[in-house]
Amino acid sequence: MTTMESRATTAKPTTTSTEPARNRSYRVGYGHWWWALPAVLLMLALIYATTAGGAFYAFTNWTGIGSFDLTGLANFRKIFQADELTGSLVNTLVLAFGFLVFTNVLGLLFALALNRGLKSRYVLRTLLFMPVVIAPIAVSYIWKFIFAFDGPLNQTLGAVGLKGWQHDWLASPKLALACVLVVMVWQNTGFVMVIYLAGLATVPIELEEAAALDGAGKLRRFRAITVPMIQPSIAIATTLMLIQGLRIFDQVLALTGGGPAGATQTLATEVYQQTFVYSNFGFGAALALVLSVIILIFTVAQQYATRDRA
Amino acid sequence: MFRYTRKTLILEIGTVLAAVVMLMPFYFLVSTSLKSEQQVLTTSTLSFPTSPTFKNFVDLLAPGSGASSSIFHGLLASVIITAGTIIALIVVGSPAAYVLTRSTSRWSTSTYYLFLVAILLPTQLGIVPLYVEARTLGLVGTPWGMIVVYTGMLMPLSVFLYAGFFRRMPIDYEEAATVDGASRTRIFTQIAFPLIGPATGTVAILAGLIVWNDFFTALIFLNGSEYQTLPVVMYNYVGSLVSQWNLIFAVVIVSMIPILAFYFFAQKKFIQGYAGGLKG
Repeated sequence: MTTMESRATTAKPTTTSTEPARNRSYRVGYGHWWWALPAVLLMLALIYATTAGGAFYAFTNWTGIGSFDLTGLANFRKIFQADELTGSLVNTLVLAFGFLVFTNVLGLLFALALNRGLKSRYVLRTLLFMPVVIAPIAVSYIWKFIFAFDGPLNQTLGAVGLKGWQHDWLASPKLALACVLVVMVWQNTGFVMVIYLAGLATVPIELEEAAALDGAGKLRRFRAITVPMIQPSIAIATTLMLIQGLRIFDQVLALTGGGPAGATQTLATEVYQQTFVYSNFGFGAALALVLSVIILIFTVAQQYATRDRA
Repeated sequence: MFRYTRKTLILEIGTVLAAVVMLMPFYFLVSTSLKSEQQVLTTSTLSFPTSPTFKNFVDLLAPGSGASSSIFHGLLASVIITAGTIIALIVVGSPAAYVLTRSTSRWSTSTYYLFLVAILLPTQLGIVPLYVEARTLGLVGTPWGMIVVYTGMLMPLSVFLYAGFFRRMPIDYEEAATVDGASRTRIFTQIAFPLIGPATGTVAILAGLIVWNDFFTALIFLNGSEYQTLPVVMYNYVGSLVSQWNLIFAVVIVSMIPILAFYFFAQKKFIQGYAGGLKG
């Protein structure tokens, strides 16, 4: 979204003085507003009305059926008092932040390596993007096997003489969260790589060559030329990964179900359990509202941090 | 300056090794699915089976076995629901985005922002009211209901992607057609929409993947009905197997084949769809 705005602002200086006249000669008038009507109605009915409903129930003790009472802020007070819930709040933030950092670092490294030069770049791009198209639930099953006590990870560690490092990965309260993070990063690195490859394709090779002739080293060229030029890609990749990280659900449910002892519980899985398992619908809605507010705050802050400074 | 030097070779080897590590899970997936139950228990999980067997797949897909009919039903449901959603998103989303970007009224700008904010709202907050609403309308447990639900949920994405492309598209062709006396409908269907082909491809790929792989919504709306999509079928089937990884992985592979085949067939389009669409 940052790029869109920047595009709009950078486009202005290039418009000629004939532009206003053109706008008048071709424009879709009010007469065709109904072309947008089905899309708007669908969105209002299926997203805004339901979200508003959810936000309203956040202030009630509804259980999903029957009558309910307005309970004011009681649900929210409960959220910030229960240790388990502050735990899942912390888990969500840790996962989202780790996800954001690792996908972007790995994705950028792969993109830089596969940008040009390497003979195997097309094959590797295709293969590394493969996890992106697979269902997260299928990916979770594969990794559940890898992390199993008699699974490939422990057997590899045993084979290379690191028996002491073997663990029951998903059953350990300390390690389970890291395992979930690994799976998320694994599935999305290819996606971030592709965003950065698209950005790197816009960096003219002549610019880098000129800088190299002027004696700029690799790191200097990266900092002074590549990073500023791929700024839009950075903004998009970090925004998308942040939102996705905060919403993390499928992988947690399939890998650990939030366990062991709530060690991998996130806000999204907590919402699901409160709502669909315990039928505390009002309370689940309050949690979802907290999650939504967090997502909005972080997205806005992130837009601000990665905005175009040009 | 970009000659293939010794350094490049080292970088190439390093990158290939890193990629091999990244792709190891696929090796475990395939090798385990080709083992018999006996081999799973007796051989190392790292080894490739000495006598690979396709028995797991045959057991799974042979007509008459309990799993095959639910898998084929799941495949059919997934195809119908994904295709229906994509078509609806294109038919409803493209004219909406067209009007919103080409109109200069203040209303169209604020409506567009409504779509943008809708992308950010987490699904969980609205999901139960949505379920109650859908149940009242009789949309739960039917493929048509699912198409309506997905279309509504993904409409903001579709409008956002189309609007990005329309905004970058020069209006000269449309102007010329106006001068020649073409109607708005004609301009849209015969000029704007065909020109925006790449956007349609992007919407189809991004939305198609989301719907095809979606588990959460499908579980809530379709579980127990006869129109369960593949991820739900897989979830239920895996739930009935206790750590029989060879069978589990056979199911996982079967559920992945359609999307991977499609991906390798059109991988350039997929990657462009992801990268290009998000430039918005």
